[in-house]
Amino acid sequence: MKKFLTTSLSILALGAVSTAASAEGSITAVSWGGAYTKSQVKAYHEPFTAKTGIKINSVDYSGGVAEVKAQVEAGNVSWDIVDVELSDAVRGCDEGIFEKIDHSTLPAGADGKPAQEDFLPGTLHECAVANIVWSTIYAYDDTKIGDKKPTTMADFFDTKTWAGKRGLRKGPKPNLEFALIADGIAAKDVYAELAKPEAIDRAFAKLATIKGDVVWWEAGAQPPQLLADGEVLMTTAYNGRIFNAVAAESKPFVIVWDGQVWDIDLWAIPKGAPNKDKAMEFLKFSTETEQLANQAKYIAYGPARLSSAPLVGKYEDGKIDMGPQMPTAPNNLTNAVQNDFEWWADNQDALNERFNAWLAQ
Amino acid sequence: MTDVTASGVPGAITTSDGVPLKVSLARATRRQRMQALLLVMPLLLFLLVAFVLPIGEMLFRSIYSPIGPNVLPNFSKVIHEWDGEDLPPEAVFEVFVKDMTKAKESNEIGKTIGNLATRVNYEIPGSRGLFTKSARKVKNITEGPYKEALIALDKRWENQHIWRTLQRISSNYTASFYLAATDRKYNEDNEIVRADPLYQIYLPILGKTLWLSALITFICLLIAYPVSYLLATLPLRTSNLLMIMVLLPFWTSLLVRTTAWIAMLQTEGIVNNILVFTRVISEESRIQMIYNQTGTIVAMVHILLPFMILPLYSVMKTIPPYYMRAARSLGATGTYSFIKVYFPQTIPGIAAGTLLVFILAIGYYITPALVGGSDGLLISNLIADHIKKTLNWSLGSALGAILLAIVLIFYWIYNKLVGVDNLKFG
Repeated sequence: MKKFLTTSLSILALGAVSTAASAEGSITAVSWGGAYTKSQVKAYHEPFTAKTGIKINSVDYSGGVAEVKAQVEAGNVSWDIVDVELSDAVRGCDEGIFEKIDHSTLPAGADGKPAQEDFLPGTLHECAVANIVWSTIYAYDDTKIGDKKPTTMADFFDTKTWAGKRGLRKGPKPNLEFALIADGIAAKDVYAELAKPEAIDRAFAKLATIKGDVVWWEAGAQPPQLLADGEVLMTTAYNGRIFNAVAAESKPFVIVWDGQVWDIDLWAIPKGAPNKDKAMEFLKFSTETEQLANQAKYIAYGPARLSSAPLVGKYEDGKIDMGPQMPTAPNNLTNAVQNDFEWWADNQDALNERFNAWLAQ
Repeated sequence: MTDVTASGVPGAITTSDGVPLKVSLARATRRQRMQALLLVMPLLLFLLVAFVLPIGEMLFRSIYSPIGPNVLPNFSKVIHEWDGEDLPPEAVFEVFVKDMTKAKESNEIGKTIGNLATRVNYEIPGSRGLFTKSARKVKNITEGPYKEALIALDKRWENQHIWRTLQRISSNYTASFYLAATDRKYNEDNEIVRADPLYQIYLPILGKTLWLSALITFICLLIAYPVSYLLATLPLRTSNLLMIMVLLPFWTSLLVRTTAWIAMLQTEGIVNNILVFTRVISEESRIQMIYNQTGTIVAMVHILLPFMILPLYSVMKTIPPYYMRAARSLGATGTYSFIKVYFPQTIPGIAAGTLLVFILAIGYYITPALVGGSDGLLISNLIADHIKKTLNWSLGSALGAILLAIVLIFYWIYNKLVGVDNLKFG
């Protein structure tokens, strides 16, 4: 009888433990996959779980607000927090599918500066909080390029000096910017120029000069693969993906920063998220100074907080200095521009159609 | 002749108890019919839930767009009274400003300024910012004259085109998605015109989809006909082996087969390597065979081939070999007896195969998305784009509805030409 009691008691106790664990609960965090999600798991998810006991299920997606919109409209939201681009954050917020976020509740920087001043200008949005700065650049394979190395955006379009295929993202953004920069417009003046209708013709005309040599890519993981396979001689890409191919797989790729178009990624919480409060807790935790600086250890995307910049150290192998690899490093910003989400929000539907029509010609 | 039966019809046959035979028979078979109905009920329900309802919803979405009335309820009622000349009267402006102020507070899906801005942006590209920016400041306009105050906020409110568009979208139903899907739009005078040639995309791609599907069907037929003939006429041992070679790829995943073609055809792939190795082409002039139209055609022909071979085979299998022998013995040449005797008997198989392949090809999505590159895209890829990326579900629905209509028309023409009763799928 005694034995029976202890057994049943221990079973009860076990049950109590497991309910306690599930009371901590879990949230579903959605991001872009690959090296990027891995860097988030290391820098955000693992310390967060260690601190709070809340588990994080990592789900991959390929961007866009379509899935969030479908979930919210169907009233069946399964995602708690989503890593989105700025243009998607703005659009999702305008259409009411993301929760509003009160910036005054965000933790202050490590130096005590309030969050509103600590985040880079333009990286706090009413529905989303930035975590990283990323950039679209172009890269080439050093072993295949020859003796003369390309250094400017114009060189990317120069298929006479560097004969070979080019990789470009299949879509107008940011190819139109690249085309104009290559055509002699300073990066900072690109959007002022694009406001003129004839500038769009000019950009498409410039793209047409290499159209026959272009291999179009869609997912961020493709460009490093295309370079490695020798399918293209140069390709535009997200800087973090190229960095990881270099650092983790020792590929001989070189990034050209001239004419880079940089952008930010943000955390947003879908309206009706099943674990909204926990997701908000995670959002605050992961965008603290320390976590953002830590993430730069695993991928070459810049932290969105000013106070994180001095804390950025070396890559996880302890050799490569991460500072100069950031899109926001002064040397990389000599001819650079931030993606203008308002211009794109106004024009992307029409330009997508024009781009597809141009592509199909 | 004066005999009147229970049903009151003179001369009708009755059963022994006076009930008309027809009624009695109906009663007896009703039970059986109910049982049959119960048996097919799961399938009927499935079709209703998984097929009829979604397609109905899609057709509905392509014309139903209540964003105008949802976001600007009062404005949508009064704007109809405007005659479309000059600008709307002051009273309309007042209602508009008040509706905008209220909508700015709204956080409900489908009722926000963002929804309205997106909707108007479909009609007038580049106008999105006018709405989102003005909405942030519109609450400061608390008293008249509203017209001047709004124009002072942004000069673009003086543009008649904006107001005519707002008037047009203030109804729950719209034809503008079908117009967009056929490369047409309303111009500033509310007339329907062709879109700028630089922006025309849907009709050319639709034309290309039809042409490529026809081409793929034709190539499939050319390849499948001799293969099916061999399958049907060779001795069992050999034909079984051949059949396995047809069926194995058929059972293999679509994705595997498509990616296998990528490995085969890419510029550093097997085919190019062999060509370079055998000095047919030089290292520099490797041929681009994938990520373009050629890639789409090659991969789709391979994937759709079994759908042509199997119906052809099943028809050819039933044609007795002695028909041909009889024709030959009566003096016909090989070609003549083939054309006059064998070929006509295979027409039901050809009809079934071509219909099947063509309809599958016209809506194909994965393969062109993977190997289509820039010029091998089909209409289904554009539909997927609108559903997944641009979120213009209404335009995606309109394109889908047009595709559905085309398939139905082809089916109808086919029925007239061949007769659906003549189809043999095996």
